[in-house]
Amino acid sequence: MRDISTKEITEVVKRLCRDAACELGEDVKAALRAALEREESPLGRDVLGQIIRNFEIASAEEAPMCQDTGLAVFFVDVGRDVHMDGSLEDAINEGVRQGYREGYLRKSVCDPFTRENTGDNTPAVIHTRVVEGDSIRIRVAPKGAGSENMSRLAMLKPAEGLKGIKDFVVETVGVAGGNPCPPIIVGVGIGGNFEWAAILAKEALLRPVGRPNPDEVLASLEEDLLEEINRLGIGPMGFGGTITALAVHVEAAPCHIASLPVAVNIQCHADRHKEAII
Amino acid sequence: MSEPKRISPPLSEGDVEGLRAGDRVLITGVLYTARDAAHKRLIDLLDRGEELPFDLKGQIIYYVGPTPPRPGEIIGSAGPTTSGRMDAYTPRLLELGLKATIGKGQRSDEVVEAMKRYKAVYLAAVGGAAALIKKCIKKAEVIAYEDLGPEAIRRLEVEEFPAIVVNDIYGGDLFKSGVEEYRRG
Repeated sequence: MRDISTKEITEVVKRLCRDAACELGEDVKAALRAALEREESPLGRDVLGQIIRNFEIASAEEAPMCQDTGLAVFFVDVGRDVHMDGSLEDAINEGVRQGYREGYLRKSVCDPFTRENTGDNTPAVIHTRVVEGDSIRIRVAPKGAGSENMSRLAMLKPAEGLKGIKDFVVETVGVAGGNPCPPIIVGVGIGGNFEWAAILAKEALLRPVGRPNPDEVLASLEEDLLEEINRLGIGPMGFGGTITALAVHVEAAPCHIASLPVAVNIQCHADRHKEAII
Repeated sequence: MSEPKRISPPLSEGDVEGLRAGDRVLITGVLYTARDAAHKRLIDLLDRGEELPFDLKGQIIYYVGPTPPRPGEIIGSAGPTTSGRMDAYTPRLLELGLKATIGKGQRSDEVVEAMKRYKAVYLAAVGGAAALIKKCIKKAEVIAYEDLGPEAIRRLEVEEFPAIVVNDIYGGDLFKSGVEEYRRG
């Protein structure tokens, strides 16, 4: 049994929130630079040039790369040999509270009816799992609403099969057009049930951009989908172009014999995700 | 690709007539910011027959909710938000002389029609380029609805703010023509 203080968890979460907002990961930077090389539209290249300059300025000046610093989404793997001196959820929310305040990040969480802002960007969305070991792995993905609002879920009929899945993913990206700030990363969750499919799609976005699924069948589906999506012509910011998506990440799980759930979670080019292990 | 066109509000009808879908523009001068909550209040004022906090004639509204400024800063990061959320309110403001809006993403058919009718354009800035755009903002002042925080109405003074014409007064639509050009199969 290893003791981990909730104070330490709060400190780590606070740092992760601030870092995520200002410093894009090397995987996303490399994917955007490669996109600039490959984009055929001159206007598309102009947009990609602005996006690249933007993340360079954000990093150099420790400024948020996007004003929508998002709803803070966490995936937390807690080792079964860890003992904490308080509530994990409270510790994470306190880290979000401090990180968003001290990092001058925008507080974007409100009551769904009155629209009154909660004032501190809490509550965070927290997915927790108990795993082997005596450490805690915390992954954060602050998610803006522009791309989240373009995400969709379908309960397909099993008879619709692979074609139905592909059609739904490509259609979702097509309907989204320029709204989710392309070039996007497309997270796809197939199987499970209603909420599991959505969580799979979200977690798929946390994989380093462009790293294929280790399962060959899913990796090949990712490739096919990326090609089809980039044939849509939406391009950077929807102004037309050959790079609509930087990557498609697919995760799958077994589902009910009568179901075929498919969730598509769209991520904008400001694909912020950070990780720490305590 | 042609050089960007330089525009400064207040925009005249002639200024707007010279803009075509796909043109890049650099804006220098005053922009007013407003998002969902501020728009709702503006429309409520109009419904009650009261005066707006600023004169819309020839002006540009920028859809943005910036991050809080750090000490010593004029404004925080300030990229465009999704314009479609303001569609329900926009035709009414165009009727009163608003000449341009800046945001990201598609507009509704009603807004596109209203832009043709009242001679106004829709411009897109690069979504997510919030740290880059911040550098174009030289002054920022809250002029209404301070209680809305990031959603308050601000008067910004900008220099060479980069944007792209999406919808012009002739029915041109970059989201349609651009995508058409690069669609394969």
